[in-house]
Amino acid sequence: MSSVSSTTSAQAPATATVERRTPGRRRRWWAEVGWKYPLAAIIVFYAAFPLVYALSAALNPRGSLAGSSSLFSDVGLANFAALGGTAYWTWVTNTLVVCGASAIGAVAMGGAAAYAFSRFRFRGRRASLTTLLIVQMFPQTVAFVAVFLLLNALGEVVPSLGINSKIALICVYLGGALGANTFLMYGYFNTIPMEIDEAARIDGASHAQVFWQLIMPLVVPILAVVGLLAFISSFGDFILARIVLTSEDNWTLAVGMYQWVSNQLTSRWGLFAAGSMIAALPVLVLFLSLQRFIVGGLSAGSVKG
Amino acid sequence: MSVGTDSEVRPPRADAPRESHARGWRGPGWGFLVKLALMMVVNAIGILAIVAAYNVESWFILGVLAVLLLVADWIYFARRAVPMKYLYPGLIFLAVFQIFTLFYTGYVAFTNYGTGHLGSQQQAVDAALIQDEKRLEDSPSYPLSVVRDGDVLGFAISDADGVVSLGTPEQPLEPIGGVVVDESGRPVEVPGWEVVPRAQVLGNPTLAAEVTSLRVPVSDDAEEGSIRTREGSTGAIYTSSLEWDPAAQTLTNTETGVVFSPDDRGNFVSPDGDRLAAGWYVGVGFENFQRAFTDAAYAGPLLKVTAWTFAFAALTVLTSFGLGLLFALIYNDERLRGRKILRTIFILPYAFPAFMSALLWRGMLNSEFGVINDWFFFGADIGWLSDPWLAKFAVLWVNLWLSYPYWMLVTTGALQSLPGDVAEAARIDGAGRWRMFRSITLPLLMVSTAPLAIASFAFNFNNFTIIYMLTGGGPAFPGASVPLGSTDILISAIYQISGVAGGRADYGLASALSIIVFIVIGVISALAFRQTRKLEEI
Repeated sequence: MSSVSSTTSAQAPATATVERRTPGRRRRWWAEVGWKYPLAAIIVFYAAFPLVYALSAALNPRGSLAGSSSLFSDVGLANFAALGGTAYWTWVTNTLVVCGASAIGAVAMGGAAAYAFSRFRFRGRRASLTTLLIVQMFPQTVAFVAVFLLLNALGEVVPSLGINSKIALICVYLGGALGANTFLMYGYFNTIPMEIDEAARIDGASHAQVFWQLIMPLVVPILAVVGLLAFISSFGDFILARIVLTSEDNWTLAVGMYQWVSNQLTSRWGLFAAGSMIAALPVLVLFLSLQRFIVGGLSAGSVKG
Repeated sequence: MSVGTDSEVRPPRADAPRESHARGWRGPGWGFLVKLALMMVVNAIGILAIVAAYNVESWFILGVLAVLLLVADWIYFARRAVPMKYLYPGLIFLAVFQIFTLFYTGYVAFTNYGTGHLGSQQQAVDAALIQDEKRLEDSPSYPLSVVRDGDVLGFAISDADGVVSLGTPEQPLEPIGGVVVDESGRPVEVPGWEVVPRAQVLGNPTLAAEVTSLRVPVSDDAEEGSIRTREGSTGAIYTSSLEWDPAAQTLTNTETGVVFSPDDRGNFVSPDGDRLAAGWYVGVGFENFQRAFTDAAYAGPLLKVTAWTFAFAALTVLTSFGLGLLFALIYNDERLRGRKILRTIFILPYAFPAFMSALLWRGMLNSEFGVINDWFFFGADIGWLSDPWLAKFAVLWVNLWLSYPYWMLVTTGALQSLPGDVAEAARIDGAGRWRMFRSITLPLLMVSTAPLAIASFAFNFNNFTIIYMLTGGGPAFPGASVPLGSTDILISAIYQISGVAGGRADYGLASALSIIVFIVIGVISALAFRQTRKLEEI
């Protein structure tokens, strides 16, 4: 496509001033560029109207699905205020705790593992890398029955690792930390020249000092991307959270908001819309501002849909 | 890069020792102390957990914990295993919560683990003894008080000799000192416990129900029975009419004389064929797999579910890849003004959390009040989520909305990194736009995006969230005896069958289906990676 543009612009300078507004040029502009604007309007509508509709429903004080078809007919913050009377903020806290802890844990473990694979040559290195690659193909979510039974058994020994414990859910998420992130980070660690470590080694730094004081500051970009991806993936997880967290005050947003609308969809619609606006806006802003970095991370491994 | 410049570029941090290790004290420094403190915490927690495992007699967990702890101490205090110091924490989580669960799924798939078969044989015997408990005729009753400590309820009871014992459902009766009893022998003051006044027990219906269903075991041995109360002031020993004979492995009903003996399916069965409710789980070979394919109740629905799973995953990838690529091709045009803003709006659905989008669309597609019917179909009553085919269409439509931005992002990136010289050469050779796309752009694009397409297929193959949130798997298959519906994919079917969310549990069958999913994913990944390698050779 861009190649076509370069030919037209190459021919343009000679005749540009004269021919700019002739019907022929305009027709060509429409054929090559202009039609993309009306099409874009359609796509914008497709992409954005559900979100605009949700915003309108969130602001509609009537709060039920039945009356929310006309956009912004009635604007107020009643739904947002009503969230305070529900367990919504507890769920927000739970989600931040669970997803934050598993993101930090995933970054720490993945980073350490990537450092080991990238910097040390030890026996079984290739084999462990291959094993990791194979293991990460089998998603944890499919083994949810075994996760459930395992937590049941663990809970009898250590209740904080059993069913209905946020720590247990964090541990389950951390189980997938190595497989999902090591390769992403391993590639990045490899781009940092080994000479840096060697110089520090010669100066007498221990491997721990090299890791914490030299390497970690240099790999902050990939740490941020992995942390964000881990946060988003645990934020969006429903099945494991649903199985592990059984009592309402332990639920995450995904479990809690599902319970809201699955039974009383039509009556709690405004609450749901308001809650989803609050929960999605930070993610939306973060995502859009970090778009460039995330795209790199996405194409390197993680997928949403 | 020379050593000298490098150390100039990165001077040591303020918090690090300024003197290099080579010249300074070489003994353990701050790092060592931090490690020591961390290892002390780890060891303390580990030993606590081991003691807890010993108390509840979970020998397997105890063994694993002990090994993990010993290995941890060895790794972090030995000088040799440096790579393991970095790998070990992640490996533990990977081993316990991913690899173990994988193999455990395999193990459970070959058992009849589920409702009615929930533990070991000993647990089944205990459960049978408890379920069958009755108060013996003419057995004495003793003065009793209900005690509470926070949420835990228990009984304090005086026996015939006036000795007061205390127990809870978790903790069998044990004699306790320092108790004050009233003239009838009822404990009125128990150190460490709050005695619940009888009036309060009787006055509060939920508490009364809790108290009358409370069962405090006399000892660890289920055969000795338990203390129960009917009115909260006297307690009696309830014992089972069944008698466990460990030597013969039989349960005998002492009233009727019927002998229940174990069969190879994990049940206690009488000669007449009566079965006790409590069973234990045993290996059943390939029966679960067989049941999935041949049992009339399961085979038909599961076949439909499997076909839809493949169709759903493949169609989602094809449609969203196609649409994303189309948009990427169209809007990757430098002459277009406001490309950045357009692209940002285009990818909005991707930045919105998926589970919320699914719930949002669930409301919008509501046939009665939904905005879709209201706006676009003049208020018609179209059952988007209640008609089998429309529901399938809706699932695909919503998933397309969710995932085309991903492909737009990925393919835009890939398009921009395509080498320009190849395209130029092709143009000089006189290739048209379509020809160039077919023969150059697409094949080059596929090299970098094919692995992502495969990953996306595998992801959508197990995309539980969108199905469960949007349709719940419904509409249900008419007349089927299993709770499955026409938009159920394998993983949501496994969820329904497993019973982890309540209802009748069949962990064995659910695990067998999980194994089938694992095999499918494994085969697809293997084939796909081979195909990708072929693409790279182009």
